[in-house]
Amino acid sequence: MKNPVAENVANFLKYFPPFSSLTFSELLSIANQSKIIYLEKNQTLFKGGEDTHKDFYVVKSGAVGLSLTSDAEETLVDKCDEGDILGLRPFFAKNHYLMTAKAREESIICAIPIAAFEPLVTGNSEVLKFLLQSFASHTRNPYDKEHSGKLISENMIFAEHTTDIQYFQPIAYTKNPITANLDDVVMYIAKTMSNSAIGSVIIQRDKLPIGIITDRDLRSKIATGLFPIDVTADKIMTTPVITVPENISVAEAQMLMLKHNVGHLCVTKDGTEKSFITGIISEHDVVAAQSNTPGVLLKQTRRASEGKELKVVREKLSELIQNSIDKNIPVYHITNIVSEINVAITRRAIELAVQEMGTPPPARFVWINIGSQGRKEQLLLTDQDNALIFEDVDSNEYEMVKSYFLVLADKVVHTLKYVGYEMSPDDVMANNPRWCKSVTDWIKQYNTWINTPAERGVELSTLFFDLDFVYGIPEIEQVITETIIKNMDHNKKFFAYLAADTLKNPAPLGFFRQFLVENDGEHKDSFDIKSRALEPLGDAARVLALSHNLVDFTGTYQRYKKLAEIEPENEELFNNCADAFNVLMRFRTEEGLINNSDGKYLNLKDLSKSDKLKLKHCFQPINEIHDLIKNRFSLTYIN
Amino acid sequence: MALDWLIGANLPQFWKNYLAHFEKEEKQEVHKRYVVFDMETTGLNWREDVILSIGAIGINDNAIEIKDFFEIFIRQEKFNPQSIAFSGVFKDEEEKYVEAEAMIQFLNFIKDATLVSHNINLDIEMINLALKRLELGRLKNSFMDTNALYQRWQHHVEDTQVSLDEVCDALKINKSDRLTASGNAYTTALVFLKLKAKLGF
Repeated sequence: MKNPVAENVANFLKYFPPFSSLTFSELLSIANQSKIIYLEKNQTLFKGGEDTHKDFYVVKSGAVGLSLTSDAEETLVDKCDEGDILGLRPFFAKNHYLMTAKAREESIICAIPIAAFEPLVTGNSEVLKFLLQSFASHTRNPYDKEHSGKLISENMIFAEHTTDIQYFQPIAYTKNPITANLDDVVMYIAKTMSNSAIGSVIIQRDKLPIGIITDRDLRSKIATGLFPIDVTADKIMTTPVITVPENISVAEAQMLMLKHNVGHLCVTKDGTEKSFITGIISEHDVVAAQSNTPGVLLKQTRRASEGKELKVVREKLSELIQNSIDKNIPVYHITNIVSEINVAITRRAIELAVQEMGTPPPARFVWINIGSQGRKEQLLLTDQDNALIFEDVDSNEYEMVKSYFLVLADKVVHTLKYVGYEMSPDDVMANNPRWCKSVTDWIKQYNTWINTPAERGVELSTLFFDLDFVYGIPEIEQVITETIIKNMDHNKKFFAYLAADTLKNPAPLGFFRQFLVENDGEHKDSFDIKSRALEPLGDAARVLALSHNLVDFTGTYQRYKKLAEIEPENEELFNNCADAFNVLMRFRTEEGLINNSDGKYLNLKDLSKSDKLKLKHCFQPINEIHDLIKNRFSLTYIN
Repeated sequence: MALDWLIGANLPQFWKNYLAHFEKEEKQEVHKRYVVFDMETTGLNWREDVILSIGAIGINDNAIEIKDFFEIFIRQEKFNPQSIAFSGVFKDEEEKYVEAEAMIQFLNFIKDATLVSHNINLDIEMINLALKRLELGRLKNSFMDTNALYQRWQHHVEDTQVSLDEVCDALKINKSDRLTASGNAYTTALVFLKLKAKLGF
């Protein structure tokens, strides 16, 4: 009997890899064995830790979120839309799911039995390649290289933002190491080690590891005169040697070294001493593997003694960002790590500048980051926006104090520029006399901004409402924050101005749901993701957060999350905004990494259809949040 | 003879098989099977009109089992060009069966499943009438109406007739499959799954 329902499913599947490389009759046979299930919003498809199902899943309509739960906190890792595959973990591991899949909206899912799909995987090299590639690269669709999500994201090993990202990756080590025989003379072994600049030699018999001679053995047994230099290897070798299997992680290697108190591990085919030697892992390999982990970078930053070293850190940080994006670490965590290091670099630059000044600062002060640096939303090399506040001094000392700080700030700003942070195009930096002043002057400044935002010559800069403490005496910043809260409270004019400012950004989509692109100039036909999508979300979050007196939360994501808590009636919208913001950040970062730019402009031609769809998904909350702001703040007030 | 009828001696085997499904011990309700079906008919008058085709699909454990599928086209005794225009069915390439054969196959497929359809009463009556023409009894299956379920979910007090199209719109279900009886059955199955989840049974 013909089965039109199965044909229908096959016709759906054929548009998506890896199904696209199957014949229609193969698809029909898969479809015939599949099931269609319906998920209510928030219904769970599978749970992390649960035994794997007999089926894997393709989203037919709706959206399913993949999340990880660590320390009772759920982190959304990815969202699967139409045609996306999830739950492939049983293909690779027979145990249990790592992630939880939960419907983000009402969804219809096609459940395909793994048993039905497996013969096609082994029989079709294209399908196999797709699955292997996605497994290896952790991308959902390896054919969709530039902006891929992840096919089998449930496989991803998750690194908490405090743990080192590379720590759980397989360690790189020396393959086919130099070995020696039991009856080789120690002196010659030592000569070989010295010539090849290696710290150890494995002693083998029939290619099986018997023992090891390391620098330590030579030091403690030969140099002390315990054994003459012409003894054979078997007399002084350390045995047994600790063996490990291939592909162990950096973490494991380090743990084993600590546990056995050794500096070298011998890699064998199956991990036991009864199989062939294939490599050697030294302590050096462990250290090298961690060279651009956040912890090491932070350490290097703190120890840096000149701008040059900070520049190296910043370059390594770019690699770290690229790696993290490739490994699909949630954007939120990446931004956290990156801004932590950015702040550390700025701090170190200030410390170095103070040393260079020769005299200690004449007054206490704080250095604050503002704008996107203040929101800690910098992934790529973007502009510096900063300011300096020093405590009030006697009026006759004022000029002297101010000029000291201007010189100091100038040094810092130039160090940062050298490190790779571009100067602010609007000159919003601490070496500008306007943005380097005393507490009283700053309070005056904020009062004017808040009370007469629209007046000529005032030019309220919203940048200054996203401030982050970087260096100095936190209490000084506290005074400013309190001023802001006090003045802002129920200040209609101020909020109306902020709201109007929020709505001034151009809409992302035209009337026909097409992308609005730049009409002329260098970026003709590119989409300005920064001002059309990220800034509107950031601006909206700011005005809403400030209207709730939330001054301690400056990040856009955190602001939305906090707003969702405060206004349960708008929880969904705020959460959508938070998610949209992260997705857009990832787009921008990937664009920036590819083109070595700040990622402001997306070239629509380079985007796949599904990426465009994903982008458009993010725009819906922008429209909704704009409507909310229009309704909430009386915008006619200032016009 | 009257007695033959009472003991069911001259009943056809397929009918006995069908009835046997309902004689089993109280089964556990865990693996309850639903069969969602739709029919194309020559019209809406259950006394006069006849069935043109039946499409049906099974639901087990809240999942539509694609292979648990049934579709049959029925040869018409009288050729009526108007009915073709009415239903849009004109499938010469499909093998057609006489009504009796179609009923046998349908009963074999549904077994004791709970039948589900949109405005199911008309469908049930037409099947019962077809069974009557074969001198058999009425359907034994319990059945559920997606229209009634929809009304319950909407908290409508009175009985209102809402078309499958409107229900699909309200539940945001794609209607593009609604061209044949089997497509309708599949669409109704999605409607049923959604309503089942929303009503929580």
